[in-house]
Amino acid sequence: MYAFDIERPTTIADAVAALKSDEAQPLSGGQTLIPTLKSRLAAPSKLVSLSSISEMVGLSDEGGVLRIGGATKHDTVAKEAGGSHPGLAGLAGKIGDPAVRHRGTIGGSIANNDPAACYPAAALAHGATIVTDRREIAADDFFTGMFDTALEEGEIVTAVKFPRPEASNYQKFEQPASRFAMVGVFVAKFADGVRVAVTGASEDGVFRWTEGEEALSANFSPDALDGLSVSAEGMITDLHGSADYRAHLVKVMTKRAVAAAR
Amino acid sequence: MTKVTLTINGKSVSRDVEGNTLLVSLLRDDIGLTGTHVGCDTSQCGACTVHVNGESVKSCTMFAAEADGAEVTTIEGMANADGSLSVIQAAFQEHHGLQCGFCTPGMVMTAANLLKENPKPSEHEVRAYLEGNICRCTGYHNIVKAIMAASGQDVSAIAAE
Ligand SMILES: Cc1cc2nc3c(=O)[nH]c(=O)nc-3n(C[C@H](O)[C@H](O)[C@H](O)COP(=O)(O)OP(=O)(O)OC[C@H]3O[C@@H](n4cnc5c(N)ncnc54)[C@H](O)[C@@H]3O)c2cc1C
Ligand code: FES
Ligand code: FES
Repeated sequence: MYAFDIERPTTIADAVAALKSDEAQPLSGGQTLIPTLKSRLAAPSKLVSLSSISEMVGLSDEGGVLRIGGATKHDTVAKEAGGSHPGLAGLAGKIGDPAVRHRGTIGGSIANNDPAACYPAAALAHGATIVTDRREIAADDFFTGMFDTALEEGEIVTAVKFPRPEASNYQKFEQPASRFAMVGVFVAKFADGVRVAVTGASEDGVFRWTEGEEALSANFSPDALDGLSVSAEGMITDLHGSADYRAHLVKVMTKRAVAAAR
Repeated sequence: MTKVTLTINGKSVSRDVEGNTLLVSLLRDDIGLTGTHVGCDTSQCGACTVHVNGESVKSCTMFAAEADGAEVTTIEGMANADGSLSVIQAAFQEHHGLQCGFCTPGMVMTAANLLKENPKPSEHEVRAYLEGNICRCTGYHNIVKAIMAASGQDVSAIAAE
C-alpha cells in the first residue's frame, strides 16, 4: 500500500469537511477498499473513516419506510431488518461470510456499485432513496453503470431509505469462489406493481427487468414468466459463465424469487 | 502516525501506527502475537480472523487505526485462565480438527463467534458459518465435528469420511 493518513470524524459535517482535501477518500468497512489499496489500484493521501459517525449507523422506521444508516454493517441489517423487509435481511445475511458482514457496510456497497454486488439490486427493486450529505437520489437515477454512480466528488451516502414491500425475496446464484452473485435477482411486490432488479449479469451493472415486472404485476406467480426470454445482448461473459448462461439465469432466479417471496 | 489505545486479550496496549498499518501487522509484528496467521492477505482465507468487540473480523482487512478503543481477542486469549485449552480448542484436538494447523487460529475464532450466536448449530449451519475460513488439509469434516462436539452435541453418529 502507498502511504496515507486516516481520520476518524464523529459527525457527517466533519467527514464532509475532511473529504474536501485533495485525494481524500471515504473508508467504510474497508472490505472492498483495503484489497484495492493493497493492489495499489488507489492512492489516496487521506482516508476518512465513516465508522465512528453514530448518526450513520443503525436502522429506524420512518412512517413505514425503513431508513438504514450508510455505515450500518451487513450483519446488523441481516439481524434487524427482517420484520418489515425479509428479502433485504435475507440478502444481507448472505453477503460474503460472517467476518465480511461484521465490517462491510451498505453505504460502501451502494457507493462502490460492483456489477456483482447484492445491495444495488435491493435498492433498485425497492425503489429506494439514496440519502447523501447534500441531497436525495432515487435508486433509478443512482446506479449509472459498472462501478459508477451519481455521487459527486466528496459526496457520501449517509443513509438508504427502503419503502416496505408487500412481499420480497432475493435469490443469488453464487460464484462459488468469490461468493459474489453470478446472477442475483431481487423481486419486490408493491401495491402499485412489481419491481425486478438484476445484478451480476449485465455489463452496465444492476438493471430492472421491465418485461418481467409487467408480467408479474399482472400475475404474481412464477408461471407468469413462462413465455418470456431475456436477451443475452450486453450480458457479461467471463470464465465463470457465458452471456447466454447469465441471460438464462435471470429468468430462473426471478422465478425462484417469486416462489420464495413473502 | 496516529496513537491507538486498545485492549488486546484483556491488556491495555498503546502504540503509534501508520495510516496503512493493518490490524494483523500490529498484532504480529509489533505486539508479537504470532498466533494470528496471514494466509492470503486478500480477505479470502480467514486465517487472520480475530474478534473485535466480540465479532469475528479478518485482521488483514482492517486498519490498526480503526481498532482504537476496541477490545481485541486473538487465539492467544482463547485458553482458560489456568492455561488449559478452552472447550473449542480441546474439541479440535480430540476430534483431529487440524493437520498442519495453519488455518486453526482463524477456525477457532470463527467457531467461538458462531457458538456465541448459535449455541447448538446444525451441521449445515456450522458449514455455512465457516464459509470464509479455508483449510487446505482436513477437508473440513473433522473441523465441523469438533465444533459440533464443542457445542455439547453428540457427534458419534457423524462418521469419519
Ligand atoms: C470475501 C468477500 C466476499 C464478498 N462477498 C460479497 C457478496 O456476496 N455480495 C456483495 O454485495 N458484496 C460482497 N463483498 C463486498 C462487501 O459487501 C463490501 O463490504 C462492500 O462492497 C463494500 O462495503 P465497505 O463498507 O466494505 O466499503 P469500503 O471498502 O470501505 O469502500 C468501498 C468504496 O466505496 C467508497 N465508500 C464507502 N462508503 C461510502 C459512503 N458512505 N459514501 C460514499 N462512498 C463510500 C469508498 O471510498 C470505496 O471507494 C465481499 C467482500 C469480500 C472481501
Ligand atoms: S489472511 Fe486475512 S483473510 Fe486470508
Ligand atoms: S489444517 Fe492445514 S490448512 Fe487447515
